[in-house]
Amino acid sequence: MAFFRTLFKTRGEAVSFACFALLVLVILPLALPVFRLNLVGKYLSYGFVVIGLVLLWGRCGILSLGQGVFFGLGGYCMAMFLKLEASDPVTTAIQSTPGIPDFMDWNQLTALPKFWEPFHSFPFTVLAIFVVPGLVAFLIGWAMFRRRVGGVYFAIITQAIALILSLGIDGNQGYTGGRNGITDLRTLMGWDIRSEHAQQVLYFICVLLLLGSALFAKYIINTRFGRVLMAVRDQEERVRFSGYDVAMIRTFTFTVAAMLAGLGGALFVLQVGFMSPSLIGIVPSIELVIFAAVGGRLSVVGAMVGCLLVNFSKSAFSEAYPDLWLYLMGGTFIAVVMFFPDGLAGLFTKSGTIKTRATALLSRFRPASPSTPNASQPAK
Amino acid sequence: MIRTTPSSLSRLGHAALAVALLAAGSLQAAPPPTSEVNTTGLAVTDTTVTVGQLHSATGTMAISETGSIQAEQLAIDQINAAGGVLGRQIKVIKEDGASDWPTFAEKAKKLLVSDKVGTVFGCWTSASRKAVLPVFEKENGMLYYPTFYEGLEQSKNVIYTGQEATQQILAGIDWIAKEKKAKTFYLVGSDYIWPRTSMKIARKHIENVLKGTVVGEEFYALGSTSFGSLINKIKLKKPDVIYAAVVGGSNVSFYKQLAAAGINGTKQTLLTISVTEDEVLGIGGENLAGFYSAMKYFQSLDNPNNKEFVAAFKAKYGAASVIGDVTQAGYLGPWLWKAAVEKAGSFDIDKIVAASPDLELKTAPEGYVKLHPNHHLWSKLRIGQWQKNGQAKVLYESELIEPNPFPKGYQ
Amino acid sequence: MFSEYTTEELQNIFMMQGFSGLSLFSVLLLMGLGLALIFGQMGVINMAHGEFMALGAYTVYFCSTLTEQYAPAFGPYYFICAIGIAFLVCALVGALVEFLMIRHLYHRPLDTLLATWGLSLIMQQTYRSLFGAREVTPTLPEWLMGSFNLKEGLDIPINGVFVLCLALLVTLVMILFMYKSKFGLRLRATVQNRKMSSAVGINTGKVDRLAFSLGCGIAGIAGAAFTTIGSTGPDSGSRYIVDAFLVVVFGGAANMLGCVASAFGIAQAQSILEFFLEGTKGKVATLLVIVIALMFRPQGLFPSKVRGH
Repeated sequence: MAFFRTLFKTRGEAVSFACFALLVLVILPLALPVFRLNLVGKYLSYGFVVIGLVLLWGRCGILSLGQGVFFGLGGYCMAMFLKLEASDPVTTAIQSTPGIPDFMDWNQLTALPKFWEPFHSFPFTVLAIFVVPGLVAFLIGWAMFRRRVGGVYFAIITQAIALILSLGIDGNQGYTGGRNGITDLRTLMGWDIRSEHAQQVLYFICVLLLLGSALFAKYIINTRFGRVLMAVRDQEERVRFSGYDVAMIRTFTFTVAAMLAGLGGALFVLQVGFMSPSLIGIVPSIELVIFAAVGGRLSVVGAMVGCLLVNFSKSAFSEAYPDLWLYLMGGTFIAVVMFFPDGLAGLFTKSGTIKTRATALLSRFRPASPSTPNASQPAK
Repeated sequence: MIRTTPSSLSRLGHAALAVALLAAGSLQAAPPPTSEVNTTGLAVTDTTVTVGQLHSATGTMAISETGSIQAEQLAIDQINAAGGVLGRQIKVIKEDGASDWPTFAEKAKKLLVSDKVGTVFGCWTSASRKAVLPVFEKENGMLYYPTFYEGLEQSKNVIYTGQEATQQILAGIDWIAKEKKAKTFYLVGSDYIWPRTSMKIARKHIENVLKGTVVGEEFYALGSTSFGSLINKIKLKKPDVIYAAVVGGSNVSFYKQLAAAGINGTKQTLLTISVTEDEVLGIGGENLAGFYSAMKYFQSLDNPNNKEFVAAFKAKYGAASVIGDVTQAGYLGPWLWKAAVEKAGSFDIDKIVAASPDLELKTAPEGYVKLHPNHHLWSKLRIGQWQKNGQAKVLYESELIEPNPFPKGYQ
Repeated sequence: MFSEYTTEELQNIFMMQGFSGLSLFSVLLLMGLGLALIFGQMGVINMAHGEFMALGAYTVYFCSTLTEQYAPAFGPYYFICAIGIAFLVCALVGALVEFLMIRHLYHRPLDTLLATWGLSLIMQQTYRSLFGAREVTPTLPEWLMGSFNLKEGLDIPINGVFVLCLALLVTLVMILFMYKSKFGLRLRATVQNRKMSSAVGINTGKVDRLAFSLGCGIAGIAGAAFTTIGSTGPDSGSRYIVDAFLVVVFGGAANMLGCVASAFGIAQAQSILEFFLEGTKGKVATLLVIVIALMFRPQGLFPSKVRGH
């Protein structure tokens, strides 16, 4: 029971989590054909990144515009494994060097590059999906948080890193597949991941892992560590003077968020069947932040719902009115940031009821409304 | 007078394209029953057949894909006006790939699985085609792909109506080497698979066949706008020919900066495989005047088919609109599909595939084309020299070139 | 790699290479200046900065079309006027945006980032609806085309010289404005201590609005100048934004001279790296150098002592 209390502080939290679980585990699989369910699975793989953002941005006050990097690293690890499996000497017999991925052959590589070798092994790949993004995040975080880089500067530097990685992948076509990415992935250890049955199974794996990650995040948030996180966000100096290692706390959170993003990337690849640098760059990285902002940067469930909602409406609206879609997306986003900084989830909490919002509006949005998380965050 | 057949044919000719292997049956009044022509559950009714169109209407690629969208629509309208396919009017479901490859895959799947379309006309970039290819192969759909591309691919489920790399490159380099006595080449491209593969083929041809030298080979990120250092390197090396495959927004910066640095058509030979009439609109004819493009189609081609096509296109989309190579290739898609369906007498994908090899179009705007069993088109290569008004003067026309997506000795 | 060339050829190349570094410098400087004002002085992260540049470029395109249609004789001179108009249009739109949106978010810097990104989406789509998805280029007057041929093998592009002069002029005017005018004094006071400034009677709200619209106006000038070297499409703005931010952050955010120095450093680095490395690799190497430098020196080249909000 105590453990349950740690996960869900209020009944509302437990109910909303249960509703979300019911939706993705039962209602959607029953209501949607496999093709649409596969799409939902794709959206939910972004959910991992968004959970990480709730921890990192909502709770710890660090906005990263480079989460696509970690999503991409995880995804590429998975894609490399699947690509090696799809490139056995028999199916690639037409190439000048059979047995290596097709794009390497097109780029006149005659042997598999060294860093690809370990991805023949599935256990290694699973490990890499967590370790590679985690390690990169740790190094970046450690270098920057120790020098007390934060806020806006961190956002811009992570954005530059996203640009560097996507350009780097573009520019090394023979080793990475370049702009086309790694495509035509077929089987996972002999199991055809493109069949309807496989897609259903993968959907449920994705959902269960997502719910697990959400509980993990809730656990972090509701323990003592979670409260320290919030203290770091709101009063960095005081936490430092109390003897906490603020840099380490931030680095840890950043690393956890990156590992979650990596897992999301791997599941994305399994469900969509390819990986490309267009999922890493600046725009997708910002879109991930949008999902979190619309749903609510403070709430794990809210952020996941936001992720589903934005993607659903993107899919539906862009089919019917492609022009209107960008106006709507831009407008929604401005509205959310200005009037509902806590996103959809904020509508259901006390400080965010429609009435209090309206009062705030009428008072010409006094600077720094009490529910604003980043109010006292200085530029550095 | 015996007027029946000639008059029907001239009516089709008026619709810009007559299909040579048109089955006589298709001109008769009663269309064949749906149960016969559609055995795999595609979206075909007694009066209509639904097809998909999958391009980017938004995002960075919208610039390039607009022409293909328009040309495909024009062809479909003309086919409908001439009685449709197997007596059925074509209905189009348009999907927006939004320049985003996962979205392309998603929408392709939607078209094939939910909408059960008879065929899809679409994609532009290599990346979008690679993203949808597994979907088309798995769901057994049909894709007509209009862009000239890097080759190294052949799929049962794709008909490539543009040229593959060797068709566009070899004859062009041969011509420029002979015409300009060129020995040294500087290769420049955007950084993705099509320019890289094209330059690889070009380099092998220059070095092994023409015994020339490649003095530089560079690739710039898509969208990059500063070419100062590159231009200085070109000035240092003084190549006989600059061979360029720069695309998108970079194109404009590249040619503007070349012109500003004093490299123009009177002083320097430049042959490009990435500039069509569409791009010239953005670059400006004055920045390109005197440079050469190697394409299979130019708007200025002087033949009756093309004149009708250009007139119809301008009537529909305005007198200011221009038609580039890919636009024309997009226009071929619906006509090739119609020809295949009518030859097969069925909308079933497998029967269309079986009917496709050696299909001929006698009145394509680019002239006679024939579908090779490897799903690419036999086509001619032309060299055009750009004029200040943004049109090309066609200086050279090759024989029909056999498509060879997996060229031996060039890989 | 240079052994096979004559000294004179090498001399020419080095001069031209130096110049292409300078012209990249002027491009980066123009991008960075407006942002240095908005971000450096006011702490607002304007993700729509690139879209304001595109607005300036579209204004020039619009003027060019009008001139061609109604006053062809005015052709050779319209460009100078168009730059002025671009400045005004962008400043006006900037003031409007500040009034409607930015001023409510001054205390939430990260949120301005998100809100202005939403704005950038809307602006992009507006351009697409108004001007179409294709890239456009205004017709440039004859005197901007071609190059000064100093001697055989040494060409200096005229448009590059023009952009360079414009960038230096704008910088000079801005520095004078910041340090010699009353408004500059008020702005610096507001940046240093907002409460105190408002206590001594400075209308800080008005100062903010002026500063923001000035920053946007400069973006407009930048956009207008870029039409001489590239094209304009609905999403050209997004191409510039990362470069612009890096220039400002690398320069030390609050410092105009820092912005000049960092634009110069980045431009020379990129131009040299691009000369010796191949295309994309040059760009990647430049970005890497900047990011790593920033990790070791997060406050940038010329940190300012005061950065209080």
